[in-house]
Amino acid sequence: MNRIRNFSIIAHIDHGKSTLADRLIQITGVVDARNFQDQILDNMDIERERGITIKSQAIALPYRAADGRDYTLNLIDTPGHVDFTYEVSRSLASCEGVLLLVDAAQGVQAQTLANLYLALENDLAIIPVINKIDLPSADIERVKEQIDAELGLDPETAILCSAKEGTGIEAILEAIVRQIPPPVGDPEAPLAALIFDAKYDAFRGTVIHCRLFAGALKAGDIIRFHYNDATYRVEEVGRFRLQREKTDTLRAGEVGYIIAGVKTVSDVRTGDTITHENRPCAAPLPGFKEIKPVVFASIYPIASDDYEDLAVSLEKYKLNDGSFVYEKDSSAALGQGFRCGFLGLLHLDVVQERLEREYDLSIILSVPSVRYRFTLKDGASVWVDNPMHYPDPVSIVKSEEPYIRADMMLPDRYLGAVMKLCMEKRGVNSQMNYLSPGRVELTYEMPLSEVIYDFYDRFKSVTQGYGSFDYDLIDYRESNLVLLDILVNGEKVDALSQIVHRDRARARGVQACDRLKDEIPRQMFKIAIQGAIGGEIVSRSTISAFRKDVTAKCYGGDITRKRKLLEKQKKGKKRMKMIGNVSIPQSAFLAVLKSDTD
Amino acid sequence: MNTETLPGLYLHIPFCRSKCAYCGFYSRTDLSRIPDFLKGLRAEMTLYRAAFPRIDTVYLGGGTPSVLEAPHLEAILDALQRQFVIADGAEITVELNPGDLKAKALRTLRALGVNRITLGCQSFDDAVLAFLGRRHTARQGRDAILAARAAGFDHLGLDLIYGLPDPGGEAGAAFRGWLETLRTALSFHPEHLSCYQLTLESGTPLAATLARSPLSLPDDDLSARYFLTTSERLEAAGYRHYEVSNYACDDDHRARHNRKYWDHTPYLGLGPAAHSFDGTRRWWNPRDLDAWIGSLREGARPIAGEEMLTRDQLRLEALFLGLRTREGIDTVAFRRRYGLDLRAERGGEIRQLAAAGLVRSDGDRVSPTRRGLACADFLARLLS
Repeated sequence: MNRIRNFSIIAHIDHGKSTLADRLIQITGVVDARNFQDQILDNMDIERERGITIKSQAIALPYRAADGRDYTLNLIDTPGHVDFTYEVSRSLASCEGVLLLVDAAQGVQAQTLANLYLALENDLAIIPVINKIDLPSADIERVKEQIDAELGLDPETAILCSAKEGTGIEAILEAIVRQIPPPVGDPEAPLAALIFDAKYDAFRGTVIHCRLFAGALKAGDIIRFHYNDATYRVEEVGRFRLQREKTDTLRAGEVGYIIAGVKTVSDVRTGDTITHENRPCAAPLPGFKEIKPVVFASIYPIASDDYEDLAVSLEKYKLNDGSFVYEKDSSAALGQGFRCGFLGLLHLDVVQERLEREYDLSIILSVPSVRYRFTLKDGASVWVDNPMHYPDPVSIVKSEEPYIRADMMLPDRYLGAVMKLCMEKRGVNSQMNYLSPGRVELTYEMPLSEVIYDFYDRFKSVTQGYGSFDYDLIDYRESNLVLLDILVNGEKVDALSQIVHRDRARARGVQACDRLKDEIPRQMFKIAIQGAIGGEIVSRSTISAFRKDVTAKCYGGDITRKRKLLEKQKKGKKRMKMIGNVSIPQSAFLAVLKSDTD
Repeated sequence: MNTETLPGLYLHIPFCRSKCAYCGFYSRTDLSRIPDFLKGLRAEMTLYRAAFPRIDTVYLGGGTPSVLEAPHLEAILDALQRQFVIADGAEITVELNPGDLKAKALRTLRALGVNRITLGCQSFDDAVLAFLGRRHTARQGRDAILAARAAGFDHLGLDLIYGLPDPGGEAGAAFRGWLETLRTALSFHPEHLSCYQLTLESGTPLAATLARSPLSLPDDDLSARYFLTTSERLEAAGYRHYEVSNYACDDDHRARHNRKYWDHTPYLGLGPAAHSFDGTRRWWNPRDLDAWIGSLREGARPIAGEEMLTRDQLRLEALFLGLRTREGIDTVAFRRRYGLDLRAERGGEIRQLAAAGLVRSDGDRVSPTRRGLACADFLARLLS
C-alpha cells in the first residue's frame, strides 16, 4: 500500500488538464509514442472537440521513482465543468492528493478556487502546478502571487511545467510520490468501496469504478449497494491500464473496477458505498448525495417517423449516463417526444449533440426550464418543470423559483459590466472581495432560470474571456412568474412556451419573435409571429410572403440538374416542422434558445 | 400536353467569337476547330439516325451558330436532311447574334428552310450590353431585326435579359432601363420574346466581378416586380405568357422545340455538352470538344454520363416542368402517365395554392397564375 498514490488533476477549464494527463501517461510508458493519440482520456468525440471531460476516467501509471522503488500512481481524471461538481467531489474523495493546475497566463480562476475548496474539504495534499510556462504571455511571478494570496498555498512549492512541451513532468511525478501520502485502510476490515463513476460496456454491462477504503474484494463475492440494498455477485475485478486489466483481488487503498452483472449505469449511484452482503461495513462512506436534474427540456424528432428511433437512442444513451433522466411527453405542435432532465445546460448540449451525431437524429429541443413550485388556492403545492403544465393562473397564490449563488472572479475593469449583467439577471445580495489588486471575487444570488438562459455566454463575453464563474443551488424564493407563449399565425408553438418573470416577459417575447423572423424562410403567405401572456400580446413580428422563386431557364440540359436540386430540397423538407400551415426549420427552434453573443 | 410527339433535334454549336460575362454554356473561341466539329457532327448523326429516324423540330443553339459561315450552315442542314426524316412543316430554328449578321447569310438560311430565328439582342441599351460583355451594340440589334424581316423571316424571336445591378447604385435606374428595352422590342412586333432574369452562373466572369463589387442583383421583391411588370406589359400588348420566361404573339408561335423539353417529349442533342432524352433515359455529351471528337473518331457515341429515370423521378420532373407553363398540368393525363392522382393526393395543397392566388384549379387542369409562375419552383416543391 505504501507504493500506491491516488491522485487527481484539478484545474479551471482549458488550463491544460488533459494535456498534462496525456504527458504523464506517455512518460510512464503506458502507451508507446506510436500509439499515442492526443488526449487519450477524453475518449468521446465531443469531449475531444470541446476539450471538456464529462465522464471521469482512471488509469494506473507504473513509475520508478528517484528512490529506486516502483510505485503505482492512480490518476483519477475528473469532469471539468460546473454542471458536474458533485462528480468531481466524488472523484476527489477517492484520492489522497491533487495536482492543482494553474495556467501561467490566465492565473487563478473561479473553478481553480472551487476545485481547491473541494480538495480541502476532502483533506487532500495539494501540489500547485503552473502550466503553460512556454506561452509568451506567461507571467509566472504574478501567478505565484495569486497562489499565495488567493489560494493560500505556498507558491515556492509550485512546480513549473509545460505539458505541451513535456517540461517539468519528472518533477511532478516525484512530487506525487513524496508529497501525496499513501492510502491507509485495513484490508482485513469489512469492505467499504466508494463508487466514483460507472460506464456501460455492451458486452459486460455496467463497469463500476471505485476506490476501496477498507477490506478486499474478489470475483465471486456477493456485494451490496448501500443506497438501495441491491446485491450482486462479482464477476470480475481489476485495475485500469489503458484498457481494463483483470486481477484476483482489489484491496484497501486501491482504485479499480468491478463487473457484477449490473444492467445499466442508472442502477449505480456515484458516491454510493459498496460493501459485502455477509460482512457489511458499519457505516457508509461520507458525502453521498442523490443528484437531481435541475434543467428540463423536451426533445422531439423533426420527422414523426423518427420517434421510435429517438426512443431507442435515448435508451442507449441512458445506459452510460446515470444523471440523465427522461419520460414520454407530447406536444400539440410537435407531436410525440420526451421530457428530459439534465444537470445543467452543458449536459443538455452534450446529450443533444450525441443524439444528432452518434444516432443521426434530427431533433427539436423545447426551451429549457428549471423546476418551479406553485402553491394553489386549495393549499396544494405543485412542482412544474414543463411550461405545458403551468397551472391555471387564477388558481396560483404563490410562485417560487430556484436560486443559486454565483461565484465569479474577474479583473476589476469588468466589474461595472458584470454587475450590470447580474442586475439584469435579477441578481441580489451581491458581495465583493478584492483578492489582490485588480482582481475581484464577486458573489450574487440569482434565479437559476436566468443563469440557464444565456448568462454564461454573456458573462464570458462581457469579461472578454477573463472572467470565471461557478455556482451552487441555494433555495427557492417567491417570484412573479407568468407563462409566455409563442404563436405562429395564431397557432401556439408549445415547445417555445416559457415560464418567465413578469418583468422579463416582454423582452423575452421580443427576442423570440425577432429570432424566428430571421430563421423562418418566407412562405407563400404572410406569417405573423406573436409573443403572448394569456390573451395579452406582448411582442410581434411579421414575415412577408415571398414573391419570386423560379429559375429563369429550364431547357434540355437543365432538367437533370434542376431535378437533383429538388430532390435535395425534398430531403431538407424533412428538417422542417409544420406548425399549422407554416413550415419551421429546426434552426428556428434552436435560434430561440441561443444567447445574444452567438 | 401537346400532341406533337415526334422528337426534336438540338445541335450545339460550341463556338463564340468571345465569351459573354454571364454565360455558362460550353463554347470555345478558337474558330479553327470548326471543320473538325462539322466532321464530328456528321459522324454523330449517323450514330443516332436509327434511334431517332423522324423529327419535327430542329434547333441550332450554342454557343453562337452565327459564327458559322454560310457554307458551314449549308453543310449541317444538308447533312440533317439526308440523315433524318424531317417532317413536313417542321420548325427549324437558328439562334443568331446581332453582331454577326449579314444579309446574305440570312437569305441563305431562309433558302435552306430555316423558318424561325431568335436574335440574342439582350438589351437595347449599350451600357447594359457592355456590362454583359456582349460584342454587339443596341444599334446592331435594331439593324439585325430589320435585316431578318427584310430576308423574309416571319417568325422572329428576341432574347432579352433583365435584373442587372443599378448602374452607379442609382435606385430604380436598371428597372426603368428594362422597361425602355421592352418598349423598343415591342416596337418591332416580334412573334416571340424570351425575357430571362439575369442568373449568376458559378465560374463566370460576371459572378467573380459581382463577388468583388458593391453592386448587387435585385432582391426577391424587386425580382418579382420585374417579373410581374414584364408579364403585365407584354400581355397588355397581346402576347401570351406561356412559360416562365417565354412569350408568344399567339399559341401557334410558341416555341415548338422548347415545349418538347417541358412535356417529356424525346429529344436528341448533338454536339459537345448536348443532352438527349428518349422517354426514360437521359444522357449527355462531354463538355469538351476534343473529348467529343475523340469518341466519334473511334466510332462510339460520345456519352459523358447518363441516367435511367425512375417513375418517381419522371413524376417529379413532369411536375416542375409542367408548373413552369401557363397550361400547367392536366391531372387526368398526369395520373395516367405518372401514376399520381394530384387531386386526391395533393388536394389540400392545391386548395391552399388556389386560395393564395398562385394556381387556378378548374376541371382537370391545375395551372399557375401569373404570380404562380413567379414562384413555380415553390409550387413544385409543395406539390412533389
